[in-house]
This record gives sequence, structure tokens and C-alpha cells, in this order.
Amino acid sequence: MGEKLLMKGNEAIAEAAIRAGCKLFFGYPITPQTELAEYMAKQMPKRGGLSLQAESEIAAINMVLGAASTGARVITSSSSPGISLKCEGISYIIGSDLPCVIVNVQRGGPGLGGIQPAQSDYNQATKALGHGDGHAIVLAPNSVQEIATLVGEAFDLADIYRMPCMILADGALGQMMEPVDFEAKPAREIPAKDWACCGHGGKRVHNIVNSLYIEPDQLEKIVLERFERYKKLEENEVKYEEYLTEDADIVLVAYGITARIAKTAVRNARKKGIKAGLFRPITLYPFPKKELNALADKANCFLSVEMNMGQMVNDIKLAINCKKDVYHYGRTGGMIPSPEEILAKIEEVSGGNA
Amino acid sequence: MIQLKDLATEKVTVISGPYGAGKTNVAVNLAMDIAKSGQICRIADLDIVNPYFRSADNAKMLDAMGVQTMIPEFANTNVDIPALPPNYHMLFNGEGKSVADVGGDGDGAAVLGLSHDDYIEAGYKMYFVYNRYRYITAEPEGALEVLEEIKRASGLEFHGIINNSNLGAETTKEHILNSIPYAQKLAEIANLPLLFTTAPDWLAVENTIPITDITKKLF
Repeated sequence: MGEKLLMKGNEAIAEAAIRAGCKLFFGYPITPQTELAEYMAKQMPKRGGLSLQAESEIAAINMVLGAASTGARVITSSSSPGISLKCEGISYIIGSDLPCVIVNVQRGGPGLGGIQPAQSDYNQATKALGHGDGHAIVLAPNSVQEIATLVGEAFDLADIYRMPCMILADGALGQMMEPVDFEAKPAREIPAKDWACCGHGGKRVHNIVNSLYIEPDQLEKIVLERFERYKKLEENEVKYEEYLTEDADIVLVAYGITARIAKTAVRNARKKGIKAGLFRPITLYPFPKKELNALADKANCFLSVEMNMGQMVNDIKLAINCKKDVYHYGRTGGMIPSPEEILAKIEEVSGGNA
Repeated sequence: MIQLKDLATEKVTVISGPYGAGKTNVAVNLAMDIAKSGQICRIADLDIVNPYFRSADNAKMLDAMGVQTMIPEFANTNVDIPALPPNYHMLFNGEGKSVADVGGDGDGAAVLGLSHDDYIEAGYKMYFVYNRYRYITAEPEGALEVLEEIKRASGLEFHGIINNSNLGAETTKEHILNSIPYAQKLAEIANLPLLFTTAPDWLAVENTIPITDITKKLF
């Protein structure tokens, strides 16, 4: 195309998935991600794919499990309460070493919560998308343009590491409209899916996709192997962005849409003579521990800015071995922090001597 | 040159078109222009489908400019139900002029079909907002599909095309000028007049209607 066009975040996720070769969408509508399902329903049949509205989120995630078992690229999407429903299935997918992409366009919680933007599923996404020892890769785009590249990357990472990858967005990012250019993402080498159940044609032993291991020593072995893969992921796939951190006394840490608001606050702080910077994790799992730790040797303190009650604070503290103070500024329940509020917090914690 | 307020020749002016074409921006600018000319004016947010980014966001500013706002009771709250404003009837029998901002596809336009007879009785003009830079409906043929869908769902007729082509903050003068042939093509295949082309006010493009961006800014 080459030409930029306006798209909603939700639409861009769907379009980027189709462009990444995903032919299967299983979902269930929920605000504020419904445009994604609508887009799939309209586009998939025209482009040789299938979009199916399941009877529930639980049904949809288990359809993803089945489709992923065949080696097909498959995606599902929901918003916070719907993701909670999917967690059982996600755990089964992790336990079966299957690649897929799961989208969470977060809204306020807990419970049914609200329909306005939130980031209060950070802990769920990064720590416990279902029971058991396991992880999903978590990517947090901050613009419609970044969605266009990260969704393709999500499919590649899922295939390479044989694990689910979550796009963690929020209502604001899903609903906002921005210019986007689906430029070619650098192609990555995807290993052959020799584990897929797609018919052996009598030429090989049949493959089994399974997450049930009755013998504890066998299950332990499989979990240990899986964690070897997580180690490689942590070594090779961390993504982040730094803005004015080089000489920063106070480093804001923020992801997704909040990082863009924080960036404005950093700029305004600089105008007032406060040396502020912004560190933006793009992969929330694996978390950019090393890079934050390096910053802790230079900066005086950190300020986590999120649309929740401070769920990332502990990850920052662990990353920097509690070398420096980590503060938090957040709004929750669907409220979005303003650049002015964040600047006031920057001024408060830097106490005029940052 | 034609002005926005010239669109309001009838009791009700309906602004419709695909999602993201800039309907709300056009509708709010139109209502402000009518109010500025000294006429009584109200704007109805009839977008019962999309709970984000809508006329309701601008209620305070519009009130200050003398535009009455008719907003669904639960707009911008967490009650996720499609509901019409409680004073909906004012659209047809209130004093002065009314502007209706309608959600942009067959589902969004169903709300028009619901009161089809009221629009006919009160007198209306309905305009289609086109944006050359909106994915899927960028091509005139794609936009025409949505136009036909809205016609079917509403049972109402369109009276003209408004070329509101823009790329948000990245819009350039070239974007505006390059979009005109596409808008003309849409007008031709839809058998409707192309009324005018708009441009963001800060671009100051000659022979266009300047539009003030009233979208909520997060950062």
C-alpha cells in the first residue's frame, strides 16, 4: 500500500493478523474490543479465512487450542472479564506448547468493572494467565502504528518459542484512530511445525498434542524443558524504548497508551528544569530487567505510571534490586491519567532537588 | 462560498457516514456554526453503538457556545447499553434547527429507521461524510457500500457528499487536494452532489471549509 490510512487500534490488530497469515479467528464480543471481531467477521470470508463467534469465551479459547494443534496461525481477542474466562484454556495451550495470539483490550475491573480503558490486568497477563508453571509472551504496543508491526511479531514469537503471545492493549488504544502504514515487517525464520497434528499420511508416527502427564517425573521434565525456552526468550527477545533517560534523575516507567501520556509529562518536566526520562517496556514478559537495572546506577528514583494501583512496581523493584526508590502514579477504574497529574507527581517525588 | 450552516435548510440535518470518517467533528462544527449565526440549535448524539469518542465528549464546550446537547443518559458512563437521549423528540419539534450525529453503518443507522416518519414529517436533509484516508472505505466503491447500507437501514435519502478527507494530525494540504477526485467519483457513482471539501482549520487550505478538531486529546 505504501500510503498511510486511518485505522482504529482494534481494526489494526485484526488487519495485521490477517496480513501475518492468520486465517482463523475465534472470539466472543465484548466492549471495548468488538470492532476487532467485527472486522474479522467482515474481512476473513473475503480473504480465504474463517471468523467464528463462539457461544462463549471458553468455547473460543478451546477452538484456538484445537486450531493451534494443527499448526495453523490462530487468534482470539477479548477484554478483561472475557480474558479471565479464557484462562483455563490458555493454561492448557501453555501446557501443550502451542503457539497462538491472544488479544486483551483491557477495561476497568475487577468483576464486570467498566468499559473504559485500564491496565489492571498487568499482573494476570505477566504472572498468571491460568494455573501452573508457565508463561505467555506479553507485548504492549503504544500506538496504532506499533500494533501494525507487533501483531506480526507476536505470531512469529509464538511460533518460534511454541507458546501463546498476548497483545496487551487497552480501551483507549483499541478505540483511537491513527494513521498507519503496514510496512513489511522483517521476516523471521519460523521453525518447521513438525509437532503439528495435520495428518501423517501413513508416513510418520502420529503426533499427540496433550497437557496431561500422570507421571510426576515426566511432567517435571517437560516443565524444565519449557523453562529452558523461557530463558532463551528472556535472553533474546526483550524489547523496550528509552526517551531522555541518558541524563535522567527521575525515570518514568510506563507501557502502552500510558507511556505516551508520560512522554508528554517528561517533556513538560524538562521545560521546568527537571531531568526526567521515560523507559517504556514493550515486552512485559520478558520484562527488561537488565536495562532497568543499568539505569538504576544513574538515576535517583523511578516513577511507575499505570492505569492501575501499581501492579508493575514490584517488577521494577526486583529488576533494580531495590537500589533506588520506586514510586507509583496511577488512575484506575477506567480513568486516564493526564500529563498534568503525572507532572505534579514528578515534581512531588523529585522534591525540587532531582 | 458555501458555509457549514448552509447545510441546515431543513428542521433536521443528519450527518452520517462510515465510522471514523469524522462525522462527529463535522456535526459539532456544523452545530457551532448554526449557533454562531444566531439561530437556536441542538445536537443529538445518536451513536448508540460506539461508547468511545463521540459528541457527548464535547457537551460542556457546546453548552458554552449556546448549542443544546441531547446525549444518551448513560453516554460516557460504564453502562454499556444502547439508549437514545431522553429528550429525543426535541429533535423534531424543538425550536430552531437540529443536528443529528448518527453512528456509521446499517446498525448505527437503525436508529434513523426507528423514527423514519418523524424525519419525513419534520423535514430533513441527510449528508454522507467521506474520508479518503479511512481504511476499507477509502475507495469510493467501499464508501458507496456503506452509503447504501445506511439508506436501507434508515429508509431515508442522502442529499449530498461532504469530503472530510483527513489523516488526523498528519494531514497535509496535498492529502486534501489529492482526495478531491475520489470524492467526486463517489458523488458520481452515488448520483449525489459533492457539496464541499473540508480541511483542518490549522492547515488553512483555500476553497475548503475549515473544521476545528474537537476530538478528546489524551496526551
